[in-house]
Amino acid sequence: MAEIVQDEGHKGKGKRKPKKHGTHIDMTPMVDLACLLLTFFMLTTAFNKPKVMEIILPEKPKENEKPPELDKDRALNILLVENDKVLWYVGLADPNKTLPVLTEVDFSKDGIRKVLLQRNKELYARVANMKKDVTEGKLKIPRDSVESRIKRFYKQDKSGPIVLIKAADGVKYRNIVDIMDEMAITNIARYTLVDINPVEKMMVKTKLGSKSSVTAIK
Amino acid sequence: MGKIKLAVKTPRIDMTPMVDLFFLLLVFFILTATFRPEEAAPIKTPTSTSSTPIPDSHLVTILISKDDKVFFNVDNGTDSTERIRAKVLQAIGSQYKIKFTPKEIKKFEGLASFGLPADKLQAFLNAPDTKTREAMQIGIPIDSIDNQLMMWIRFARTYNNNLEFAIKGDGDANYPVVKKVIAILQDNNVNKFNLTTDLKGVEIPEEFIIK
Repeated sequence: MAEIVQDEGHKGKGKRKPKKHGTHIDMTPMVDLACLLLTFFMLTTAFNKPKVMEIILPEKPKENEKPPELDKDRALNILLVENDKVLWYVGLADPNKTLPVLTEVDFSKDGIRKVLLQRNKELYARVANMKKDVTEGKLKIPRDSVESRIKRFYKQDKSGPIVLIKAADGVKYRNIVDIMDEMAITNIARYTLVDINPVEKMMVKTKLGSKSSVTAIK
Repeated sequence: MGKIKLAVKTPRIDMTPMVDLFFLLLVFFILTATFRPEEAAPIKTPTSTSSTPIPDSHLVTILISKDDKVFFNVDNGTDSTERIRAKVLQAIGSQYKIKFTPKEIKKFEGLASFGLPADKLQAFLNAPDTKTREAMQIGIPIDSIDNQLMMWIRFARTYNNNLEFAIKGDGDANYPVVKKVIAILQDNNVNKFNLTTDLKGVEIPEEFIIK
């Protein structure tokens, strides 16, 4: 379609007219193509990279090594059950003694988050205060140093809960991510994923009644 | 004097600025584009409040789909001449007594995530199109009798010792599979790994907000 308009000089009588307009190139196909490519690249470009949540689990105990003793007053057990249910209790569930009280909560901000924050008040306040000082400019440290300071706070933590996350088999991966996220939000220094034990299964069963937990706890 | 000639003139719009703009944008998008490699299964990751971006390279991704299939991906690292993927495949080949041809290895290097037993790999790499290939992805065996994921992780670590690990699971994947994958990682002494998530906001109960 590229048309080249040329002014043919009038021969013969009269003086020659000067060229009025130069060559015109029809740019429509080029624009079409550019537009098409532009749309393609706009749609395929992934601007936000996926995010990751870092998880550091304690090392597996070696075969002939005793698992580390747990301070049972600090042990906070979170039981995840089918259908997005969360239950928690403090201490150890010993079948020979009175079983601890199981409380049912949910994943909302006033659910398990509140429980964790109440128990982890001290450490949470330390970390939050430092972050606040950094954002307000009171404390001038680089970003990576914030991270390592938080890690140091975690190491020094002596009073916060040791969270044992115990998930039943019917739980979806989403719930695991949610609970790990709660650990990060509430700055829990020590947590791990462990298997749910039979005593706890029974406790959940009696708490929730037999209707929903039959399928959840096989 | 003849008859009056009417000048037939179609109006012309000067498209130059528009074209300029288009090309500018086009160049911008071409340069910023990072192509997402085709993934073996559609995975809808759960959300978290973490805002750490995923590492660019030296990454092993273990994908867990909605129907509990496990897929594996290891990247070529920052130096493609090291041909990490090729080495990992050859190691798997010698483990399961499969001889891969150079063509198959080349093909494997260009692929992203995959999920199928090692003995089907050859057929998979020689498959004519993506559709047949898709149908062959039945997940990597992770049971204790035939734990191939363990092997993939071990060989990936043999040829690239500063690997990071990411588990990219679908929100609806079942926990026992995830637990198994985590156990396999821990058996390989990987206690630090990442969970790929989408970003969401965080809310804190009032009484805990520090003012």
